[in-house]
Amino acid sequence: MPTVVEARNLVKKYGDFVAVNGIDFQIREGEAFALLGPNGAGKTSTLRMMGCVSPVSGGSLHVLGQDVMRAPRGVKARLGVVPQRENLDPDLTVRRNLEVYARYFDIPRSLVQTRVREVLDLFHLQDRERSPIASLSEGMKRRLLIARGLINQPSLLILDEPTTGLDPQARLLVWQKLSYLQSQGTTFVLSTHNMDEATQLCNRLIIMHLGKILAEGAPAELVRKHVGKEVTEFRLFPDEKPAFIEKLKQAGLGGASLEVGDNLYLFDAHPETLGSLSHHARQTVHRQATLEDVFLKLTGRSLEE
Amino acid sequence: MNWPSRRAVRVWQRDRDVFFRMWKAEFIPYFVEPLVILAALGLGLGGFIGLVGQQNYLQFLTPGVVVAYAMFTATFECTYGSYIRMEMQRTFDAIIATPLSIEDVITGEIMWAATRSLMTSVAIILVALLFNVVPFPTVVLVPVAALLVGLMFGSMGMFFTSLAPSISSFNYYFTLFITPIYFFSGVFFPLSSLPPVFQRISEFIPLAPAVDLSRGLFYGEWHPRLMLDLAFILALTVAFFLASLVTMRRRLIK
Repeated sequence: MPTVVEARNLVKKYGDFVAVNGIDFQIREGEAFALLGPNGAGKTSTLRMMGCVSPVSGGSLHVLGQDVMRAPRGVKARLGVVPQRENLDPDLTVRRNLEVYARYFDIPRSLVQTRVREVLDLFHLQDRERSPIASLSEGMKRRLLIARGLINQPSLLILDEPTTGLDPQARLLVWQKLSYLQSQGTTFVLSTHNMDEATQLCNRLIIMHLGKILAEGAPAELVRKHVGKEVTEFRLFPDEKPAFIEKLKQAGLGGASLEVGDNLYLFDAHPETLGSLSHHARQTVHRQATLEDVFLKLTGRSLEE
Repeated sequence: MNWPSRRAVRVWQRDRDVFFRMWKAEFIPYFVEPLVILAALGLGLGGFIGLVGQQNYLQFLTPGVVVAYAMFTATFECTYGSYIRMEMQRTFDAIIATPLSIEDVITGEIMWAATRSLMTSVAIILVALLFNVVPFPTVVLVPVAALLVGLMFGSMGMFFTSLAPSISSFNYYFTLFITPIYFFSGVFFPLSSLPPVFQRISEFIPLAPAVDLSRGLFYGEWHPRLMLDLAFILALTVAFFLASLVTMRRRLIK
């Protein structure tokens, strides 16, 4: 599979602040790729550099085979960008938004009508084509933003937190559409702090934290590698914690556990080895490991560090 | 700074489409305001003034009002208008995600502001004709002068917009800059009637040469000084246009 994005030792600085601190990654054609991480991880900065709207401070970044700093117009002509903050043109109707946007790409008029029809249908907006933007729900606006991003049939779709702020139904609809697009061969990269979103939509991801990449791989593979199959979560009151930690250490499980706030996580511990530990916690949950645990493990601190 | 490209036209088209979509809201003020000013000042106040040189006051007033409103139109468009599109609607962000650069956006915005100045000037000239102001055929060049005034004040406004910390900053721009310009550029009285010190100062007021030029074209009074006026306008336009490209890139591309 050809490489669509290639970042090498990529750096983004704003004055003295380092937002992206020398990261390397590749996105290949046909992939659904996620940048996963909390706010401030450097996800948006990375996406903005890919979109050629934020200069690269160090290292190199090639998108669709071209250097983003040298050929921004050529790159942007083949990108679809869905921003985190809605920026539809409020002075224009739904349909005119798409038509005017198509004109920025020099799409021939004869083609524009077909494309507009296609994306309106795909995102269930055909009944709203004459509506002003202000009359749309948040979910519709987000769908229109994605529709707009597809108007030039991009080789790479960049989505910055595509479902943040949406209610569950609207989010589900966006997820379904993105899954559909992926099945049709669209390559996309999205940023999210929603682990579920990354797990469901993406076949490969990087976990970012404070401008660095902590881990890279397929969601299931990352879970298996870093936390195993299952997790035991002890929910404690603050005053119970010290005594509980003592018991944990006595049981020889200190090394495999992780402290996050008042909770303790034990990865892939056999229920038998836990013995009577769970009686000492306010609540004990034994469940399947998820990406969230990977993230907590990689960013949190172990008891024996 | 990068040079703007032909794609700036796409931004001009966007602004044009929005304008004509809302033409009912946009068009009426075009005719009403000049109508009011020509009637109140030209006919009303003019009755007390008598002749300015060889002209009655309405005749004297009209060419200046044309370019003064060209100034206002372009200034509003590139201050409040551009600021709202840039900061509130984030239209600029949306556009620079496409093959257009920020320089294309700024250029298109200023081009559209100047186009509006041209439309304003035509409207005022038509209203003046209703008032029996009789121009010389070179009046057809006055809208071209208004277009240049639009480019000049559009660029100036855009430069200020690139530095404006908030939308209320424009109050300063209007009260400290545009309003004094309006009153001291020879629109309402000949600058020669000011004390010599003020006359010297008024030579550097950006609208003054435009008023001079407009008056010359309106009544076909050719004078070599008009070439100087033109050169002044062009020089100021180029300087502020380039400055606004630099400062806008600095503001928006981080």
